[in-house]
Amino acid sequence: MKPSRTRNISILFQLGGLVLAFGFVSLILLLIDADPIQAFSLLWEGAVGNTTRIASVFVVWVPIVLVTCGVLVTFTAGLWNIGIEGQITIGAIFTTGVIRMFLDTPVNPVLVIILSMLAGMLGGALWAVLAGVLKVFSGVNEIFGGLGLNFIATALNIGLIFGAWSRPGVASMSGTEPFPEVYWLPTFQNFRFSWYSILLSVIGLVVIYFLLQGTHFGLRLKAVGKSIKSAFRLGITTWQHMLLAFLVCGVFAGLAGALQVVAVYHRLIPSISSGYGFMGLMIGMLINYQAIWVAPIALFFAALNIGGIQLPIVMKLDSALTGVLQGSLVLFVLLMQGVKQRVLGKQ
Amino acid sequence: MKKKLVFWVLTVLMVSALILTACQPSAEPAPPAEEPAQVEEPEPVEEPEEFVFGMLLVGPYNDRGWSQAHHEAGEYVMENLPGTRMIYLDVVNTADRPGTTAAQLAEELVQQGAQLVVFNSDDMKDDAVEFTRNNPDVYVIHASGDSVWAEGENYVPLPNMVNVMGEMEYGKMIAGCDAALHTQTGSIGYLGPLINEETRRLVASSYLGAQYCWENYLGNDPADLNFRVTWIGFWFNIPGFTEDPTQVANEFINTGVDVIISGIDTTEALVEARKATGEGNQVYAIPYDYVGACDEAPEVCLGVPWYNWGPAYLRHITSAMNGTWESVFEWLPPDWGDINNHDTTAIGYVSGPGMSPDNEALLQQFIDELAGGLNLWVGPLNFQDGTTFLAEGQEATDHEIWYLPQLLEGIEGRSE
Repeated sequence: MKPSRTRNISILFQLGGLVLAFGFVSLILLLIDADPIQAFSLLWEGAVGNTTRIASVFVVWVPIVLVTCGVLVTFTAGLWNIGIEGQITIGAIFTTGVIRMFLDTPVNPVLVIILSMLAGMLGGALWAVLAGVLKVFSGVNEIFGGLGLNFIATALNIGLIFGAWSRPGVASMSGTEPFPEVYWLPTFQNFRFSWYSILLSVIGLVVIYFLLQGTHFGLRLKAVGKSIKSAFRLGITTWQHMLLAFLVCGVFAGLAGALQVVAVYHRLIPSISSGYGFMGLMIGMLINYQAIWVAPIALFFAALNIGGIQLPIVMKLDSALTGVLQGSLVLFVLLMQGVKQRVLGKQ
Repeated sequence: MKKKLVFWVLTVLMVSALILTACQPSAEPAPPAEEPAQVEEPEPVEEPEEFVFGMLLVGPYNDRGWSQAHHEAGEYVMENLPGTRMIYLDVVNTADRPGTTAAQLAEELVQQGAQLVVFNSDDMKDDAVEFTRNNPDVYVIHASGDSVWAEGENYVPLPNMVNVMGEMEYGKMIAGCDAALHTQTGSIGYLGPLINEETRRLVASSYLGAQYCWENYLGNDPADLNFRVTWIGFWFNIPGFTEDPTQVANEFINTGVDVIISGIDTTEALVEARKATGEGNQVYAIPYDYVGACDEAPEVCLGVPWYNWGPAYLRHITSAMNGTWESVFEWLPPDWGDINNHDTTAIGYVSGPGMSPDNEALLQQFIDELAGGLNLWVGPLNFQDGTTFLAEGQEATDHEIWYLPQLLEGIEGRSE
C-alpha cells in the first residue's frame, strides 16, 4: 500500500474518532435536555467571538503547548511522565521563590524575571529527574513515582501558600500576595497574553520538532522507547537517555509553571498547574506523539477550555462538559486507531 | 521534508493569524478598558430597557451558604425591581475553574450584557479592583471588600465600585451566646475558613458572645470555657487543597466539643453533628450565611446567623439604573426592630429546631441587650499573644474591629 494512501486512511479514521466524540457529547446533552447545536455554537463563539476571547485562548495555549512538547520527549523514550503536574508546580514554586528573594532589592526587574524563569526550568527539571532516578535506580515505575511526586509538590505548594509565603496576616488558598507590576511579563495592550510567552512556546515547538525529528539524540530516544533491550544491544546508554528525556520534559514543564506565575497569575496559587500537565499527556496520545500536531491541537483544546466558560453562564451547564469532550476525543481517536489496525491488518 | 514544510506552514499561519487578530482590536468589540463594551454588544436587543446584572459566586449557587445567600438576593432584586435580569457564574475560584481569573470571568458577564457585576468574595479583591479600573463604565459591587473605604487600609478611589458588608459581628456574637448556652462540656469549636481580617473578627465576635452569656447568664467561670478554632484554608472544601471540614468537625467531636460554630460556607458541621448525635453523643452545630442552612439537619441546628444582601443590592442596582450611583463603603447593621425582616435587615439570626425553649428566652434577652446598645468590643481585652488590644473601658473603633490583627486572648488556634 502506498504511504500516501495509508495516511489518508489514517486521517479518515481520526476524523471518525472526532465525529464519534462529538456525537457522544451530543448524546449526553440530549439526555439532559440541552440543545447540542446551541452548546457547540456557544463553545465556538466563546472561544473566537472577539479579540479578548482569542487572547484568552492563547493564554491557555502557551502552557499546553510547552507541556505537550515536554511529554513528547518522554513518550518518545517510552516513558509515562505522569509527574508532569508536579513538575509544573515545582517550576512555579522556584519562580515565585526567586522573585520573592529579589522583591525589595534594587536588582533590575527584567533580570529578576529572567532569573526566575530559569529557576522555574531548573525546578521542573529537578523534579522530573527525581522521577527518572526513582525509575532507573530504584525500579519505581515512573507512573507511581510521578503520582507520588505530584502529591508532594501539591503539599509543598499549599504549605508555602498557607504558611511561609502567606500574605501578611492572611492564610488563604487564594494564593500569595501578587507581585508588583514590574515583575509581570508585559502583556499585549489590555489583553491577558504576552508576546514573550507566545515566542517561548513557538521556540519550544521548533526545538522539540528538530530534537525529535532531526537529531541523533531523538533517534536514540526512539530506539529506547521502542525496546530498551535492543537499544542497549545497539550500544545506546539507555538509562542516561531516560534521565535526559525526563530532564528535557521537566525543563518544559518548569517553564510552563514559571509562565503561569510571571505572565498569568503574578502570584503562586494552589492550582497553579491548572491540570495542563494531564491535558498535555492527553494531547500527546491524541496526536500519536507527532510534534507537528502539537500547535493546532493545543489550540483546539485551549479554545474548548475558554469557550466552555459560556456553557454555565448561558445554558446553566457545567463547564466540565468541555473536559468530557476532550477526554472522549482522546478515547475515540485511540479506539479508532485500534479499529484501523484491525481493519488494515485483515487486508 | 514534507513534514517539515507542513510544520512551518502551520506555525507561520498560526502566528500570523494571531498577529492579524490581535493587532486589529478596533474592528471587533473594543477591548475592555477603552469603551463600554456593553453598549456596543448587540445581544440585549429584545428589551431595550432591561438592566442586566451579573454575579460571580465563589461557591456553588446552591451551597446552602454564602453563595446561595447572594444568589437569592439577586432573585429578590429581580422580583422587586421590574426590568432587571440576573446572569451569574458560580464556583469562581482558581481551583474549580483552572486557568481563569475572576476579572476575566467578569468580562464574560459583560459580554453577555451585564451592566453591573457583583463580586461576592473577599478573595476576589485584586480581580475586582483590576476589573473595576479597566471597566469604568460597568458598575461593580464588591461584597465584603473594603477597597473604596476612604478610612480603610486598602483604599483605592474607584467611582464605579461599591463595597457592601453586613455587620455579621452581631450575628456571630448571638451564635457564640447560643453555643455557650447549650454546651455541656464547656468546649466550643469554630470551624474556620481561611485566615484574614474578616474571619478573625468573626471568630473573635463569636468568642465575645460566648464569654458574655457563659459568664452573665449561666454564672460560670470564664476560665472554664474552652473555645478553639481550626482553619481549613478556604471558604469551602476543595479536595486536595484544603483541610477536609468533615474531618475537622470529627476531630472537634472526638476531643470533647459539643457545639460547633461553622465559619465556612457549607454545612459539614451540621452533618457531622447529626451523625454524632445519632450515635448517642449529643452535638449541636450553628451553620453560617444562609437563612435556610438549618434544613440540612434541623434537629441538631441551634440557629443560623444569616446575611440578607437583597435590600442593599436592590438599593444599589436601583441607583445604577436611575443615575444616582455613588461609590460608598457600607457596613450595614441589623434592623434591630426585627433582625429577620427580609426587606430591611442586613443580617439576622434564625433559631433552629435544636434550640431549647429555656435557652431561647435567654438568647432573646441577649439580642435585646445588643439592640439596646450592649457593646462587647470594650476593654479590657487582650490579643492572643497577651498584648493589650483595648484598655479598661476603651471601645474599639470600626477600623480596629475590621482590621483585627490577631485573635483575642482565650481563643485557641492560629491567628495568621
